[in-house]
Amino acid sequence: MNQQTPNSFRTGPDDHGRFGLFGGRFVAETLMPLILDLEKAYEAAKIDPAFHAEIAHLHTHYVGRPSPLYLAERMTERLGGAKIYFKRDELNHTGAHKINNVLGQILLARRMGKKRIIAETGAGQHGVATATACAKYGLECVVYMGAVDVERQKPNVFRMKMLGATVVPVQSGARTLKDAMNEALRDWVTNVENTFYCIGTAAGPHPYPAMVRDFQSIIGKEVREQIMAAEGRLPDSLVACIGGGSNAIGLFHPFLDDASVAIYGVEAAGHGLDVDNGHAASLAGGKPGVLHGNRTYLLMDDDGQILEGHSISAGLDYPGIGPEHAWLRDMGRVKYLSATDKEALDAFQLCSKLEGIIPALEPAHALAKVIELAPTLPKDHVMVMNMCGRGDKDIFAVAEHLGGM
Amino acid sequence: MTTRIDARFAKLATENRAALVTFVMGGDPDIPTSLDIVKALPKAGADVIEIGMPFTDPMADGPSIQAAGLRALNAGMTLKKTLQLVADFRRSDDETPVVLMGYYNPIYVMGVEKFLDAAKAAGVDGLIVVDLPPEEDDELCLPALKAGLNFIRLATPTTNDKRLPSVLTNTSGFVYYVSLTGVTGAAIPDYSKVGASVARIKGHTALPVAVGFGVKTADAARTIGAQADGVVVGTAIVDALKNSLGPDNRATAKTVEAVAALVRELSAGVRSARKAAAE
Repeated sequence: MNQQTPNSFRTGPDDHGRFGLFGGRFVAETLMPLILDLEKAYEAAKIDPAFHAEIAHLHTHYVGRPSPLYLAERMTERLGGAKIYFKRDELNHTGAHKINNVLGQILLARRMGKKRIIAETGAGQHGVATATACAKYGLECVVYMGAVDVERQKPNVFRMKMLGATVVPVQSGARTLKDAMNEALRDWVTNVENTFYCIGTAAGPHPYPAMVRDFQSIIGKEVREQIMAAEGRLPDSLVACIGGGSNAIGLFHPFLDDASVAIYGVEAAGHGLDVDNGHAASLAGGKPGVLHGNRTYLLMDDDGQILEGHSISAGLDYPGIGPEHAWLRDMGRVKYLSATDKEALDAFQLCSKLEGIIPALEPAHALAKVIELAPTLPKDHVMVMNMCGRGDKDIFAVAEHLGGM
Repeated sequence: MTTRIDARFAKLATENRAALVTFVMGGDPDIPTSLDIVKALPKAGADVIEIGMPFTDPMADGPSIQAAGLRALNAGMTLKKTLQLVADFRRSDDETPVVLMGYYNPIYVMGVEKFLDAAKAAGVDGLIVVDLPPEEDDELCLPALKAGLNFIRLATPTTNDKRLPSVLTNTSGFVYYVSLTGVTGAAIPDYSKVGASVARIKGHTALPVAVGFGVKTADAARTIGAQADGVVVGTAIVDALKNSLGPDNRATAKTVEAVAALVRELSAGVRSARKAAAE
């Protein structure tokens, strides 16, 4: 795209919630006043030291932050190139990066006096994180989850129920994440008075993409400090997987203005980018459109009807992507790659055996590209990958794909 | 610029009655039957016709209209064919106002300018695009007004007095007051509050105010018709259509008549509203 390079990649969105062409507030009138209220509440919280102190306290004592930055020695040795670090966000309480965002939003909901929390979930990690925070603060929690995902992520469904949440299996559409989000929006439009919608990724109407990014940016901020301590300099590259893109934007955002840092996002290529409706790579195979409150790259047909997409990973199986990623791609600041189901499964196994870390299928996609990139790079190249979730939830699904173990 | 919508509401005001605004999904259950249904609506008493543009992800719609959209998409409906449906209807009816209702993405993907040209040529009078609030007026609302189409906005119980002026600024044709917070076809609202809500909106605009969401029976249509300039019925009509379908959601000999029969009842309700209220 013919846009000028801005002085900073970190100033978005603008007053209209836009990152260039992308983002915005494409919602029904019923929700518009709520979104404006939310924006106001978030702007106030953002400049309130007490809000940040509360989050910091929870990070230390509840989540277990900072998460370690771990040198993956055997992986590095095996690949024979770049020095590979994992940012261990899979060690967070609840097993993924999702809790970073949820705690921020739940504290905000409390400030706004909302007593009922709704959320959508794909792999179930965001649903579990939301159910966890709601349990901690005594809030009612309703989680919408596609019926297909309920089936393939059973352990997380059970966890949510244990935590006191109501899990609603969504039967409409393809019965996955996109449909769960539709249903959550329908709930919100119905229960406007008392309900806070805790969106799980850096997408949706403004201010969600910016707010979720801010809450997830703790990942990148910690990496900056940790890599300085470990290596005495910034990393040469960053790699993260992308569904909606919240773990990725959280890692990337603090580094966007460091031109020496190469940044790679990894989408889910499912059965392959050349397989019709067989992948979930919205940047590689989609075009700009409007869904779920924002303009972004979407998988759709020529009539603008949204396609279902496919990925082995329920967390990446979404036909859109956060609007800031859409913009960063068009600006050329971040390079977006993709990994197939098979590549992710191979990476999943390799990491388990070499490092004793069972990754979630989502970061296994990022790892697949680390495995591809690292051997082509010199040994003094420092690469940081976000290990954004643990694979406990995936072991049965993986076993099935591998034909039993 | 006067559209068919302006003319129709002006005429009904002289008759001292509310308009019956009927919604059907374009292409439901198949394209030829859908055209027959749209053609039957004015005769059955519909004053304004809303035609849904099917979309895979109708975030503000309840189960009935979601299912109608899927039936239409499965029958091969597209935005282009919805515009063709309007053009076909216009060959036999040049007076009944037609409003297209749906979501922005199919329009955006077709291209706003191309869509507006085609809509104008087909004989469309107004647009309701659920996911375009005033904050996004540059996208479609302003170009549509420039092209001579009405852009009809939804006002909701959450649209407070402070916000109402910005919602009304670029609205034309009529204001669609959504009588409840929720999706289409949800619970029956408290009708006693409708009159006050209509009065509140009328305090800010000279446009006619039509009320919808939750209107399912002739009785309800009569009650609302006494308090508002228009009564919008969608889900009840879509349900009547669905209940007439055969196996695999195929149209039967009864389908068009099932819709027409309900619209006749609703129309009788709307037409008796002011008389009942005056007695």
